[in-house]
Amino acid sequence: MNIVVCGKVIPASTVTIEIDSNTKRMVRKGVTHELDPAAASAVEEGLRLTEKHGGAVTLVTMGISDVTIGIRNALAMGATSAVHILDDAVAGSDTLGTAKVLAAAIKKQPFDLVICATESSDSYSGIVPGQLARLLGIPPLSFAKEITVDGDKIAIKRQSESGYDVVESTLPALVAVSSGINEPRYPQLRGIMAAKKKEIKVYTAADLGLAPDQVGEKGAREKVLTIGRPPKREAGTVVTDEGEGGKRIADFLAEIKVI
Amino acid sequence: MAETIWVYAEVGDDRITTTSLEMLTKAAEVGKAEAILLGPAPHDAAQTLAKHGASKIYRSADSVYSDYLTLPAAETVAGLIEKHKPSVMLFASSYTGRDLVANLSARLDCGAISDVGDFQLKDGSLEATIPALGASYQNTSTLVSQGTKLLLVRPKSFEPKVNEQPVAVEEVPASSDEALRKVHVKERVTVKREGPQLEGAKIVVSGGRGLKGEENFAMLKELADLLGGAVGASRAAVDAGWVPYAMQIGQTGKTVKPDIYIACGISGAVQHLSGMKTSKTIISINKDPEAPIFQYSDFGVVGDLFKIIPQLIEELKTRKGA
Repeated sequence: MNIVVCGKVIPASTVTIEIDSNTKRMVRKGVTHELDPAAASAVEEGLRLTEKHGGAVTLVTMGISDVTIGIRNALAMGATSAVHILDDAVAGSDTLGTAKVLAAAIKKQPFDLVICATESSDSYSGIVPGQLARLLGIPPLSFAKEITVDGDKIAIKRQSESGYDVVESTLPALVAVSSGINEPRYPQLRGIMAAKKKEIKVYTAADLGLAPDQVGEKGAREKVLTIGRPPKREAGTVVTDEGEGGKRIADFLAEIKVI
Repeated sequence: MAETIWVYAEVGDDRITTTSLEMLTKAAEVGKAEAILLGPAPHDAAQTLAKHGASKIYRSADSVYSDYLTLPAAETVAGLIEKHKPSVMLFASSYTGRDLVANLSARLDCGAISDVGDFQLKDGSLEATIPALGASYQNTSTLVSQGTKLLLVRPKSFEPKVNEQPVAVEEVPASSDEALRKVHVKERVTVKREGPQLEGAKIVVSGGRGLKGEENFAMLKELADLLGGAVGASRAAVDAGWVPYAMQIGQTGKTVKPDIYIACGISGAVQHLSGMKTSKTIISINKDPEAPIFQYSDFGVVGDLFKIIPQLIEELKTRKGA
């Protein structure tokens, strides 16, 4: 089974995000990056499925050269190869632009299943997987907390407001996995060494047959008008517990007349 | 001429969801509000939508919309959009809403904006506000594509109001195309929930990673019971398997807006803040003085929750007895 995992490499969780006031974009250059934990879960799910059913996992990502560290991480976990769309022309893409680039790159690979995270941990828009499924013309299965594959049948447990739904479809398909679907493995030394020899294919937008006005900032349907820090919420009282913490909360609740 | 704003109405727990009514209220304020209602719905659904501002409802009760995910509804909505060309269409940031917007934005090549907290139309151009969360940036965005603008709206962004309209209901045919029946809902499993519902609770006591284990949620339950509230959890606690997903508060999960929100052992990641930050009063307990949750708290205590919560419980019992 050929599995393509789409994952994002994002500024590390320790980095304070800065915005470039000219481009109104997140500053990514020169910032420490890591494989998005949500993407790591998608990679892990792909690896588990190929360990059971055979096949290969290909990571597809787009981003600046700083993201190579995250690609290596996915390869060290066990992904077979990677595709990196590296091109200034795709910078500033909105969700649909991103989906168009990923779809064009995926079409160059053999695939039975595409796995994405439900949402990235840096922008949370959560609609790229569904856009991608539409562009690839394959069934979208979303919010999966469990995946089962049997021949060309695929079933997931899909989160719902009241519990979960059992949802079935046929391959090829796209599954967006929820966080918590698994605990991603840590790369082992052997994996890290092996990753150095694995192939990372690099594409530009032109390689994928995409015109400059289809992707990147030029192609974006969504335009950011203004951006800024929100007004600070008026700071409340923060006290350190010195044995009276519980009582202090009870006092506060009494003060606002809850008790 | 008033702009036409469509709302994709959803049904949950056998009634029109509150978020649908919130969006309709806003739509009726901005322009002419109309609703799309697909799939089985309670008998008074149209009436409820009209009561909150819908002047027209496009309706199909066909079960294809509940038996098969996304594709049949996207097909019908795309057809209606192409025919009637509303200025804006609003969807809730729900499972259904996200999947539909994703499909439609690619199909109509129009893009979409996620996580919208408010929007306005000025001379036909759209300005959507995406509220900031935690350390992130607040921004306003627009869609430059021609045609209908698709927005995913965060729950609890607007106050639902009664604004009764004379309503016209138009039955729309469901597509019988087999190709749309690809994602089949075979079974719906309800996970049993204990205690009061999170939605609508006046007081919510919520636990995160700091709770350290499933067994410690009993302590939160006791606290919530004393206050007449409901228990919630952060994604970290749900991911760890301590409590069911139905209790999750956050971007993926429920959005709550109680009078009092007590965050226990929750650091305040963007994911979580998104689901509770508009609570009237926020109280937090965390051992890390740098935890972002304190920036959102009206009252915070830095310390060991395993000492503070039992003391609070004892204190409440004593004061109740007094």
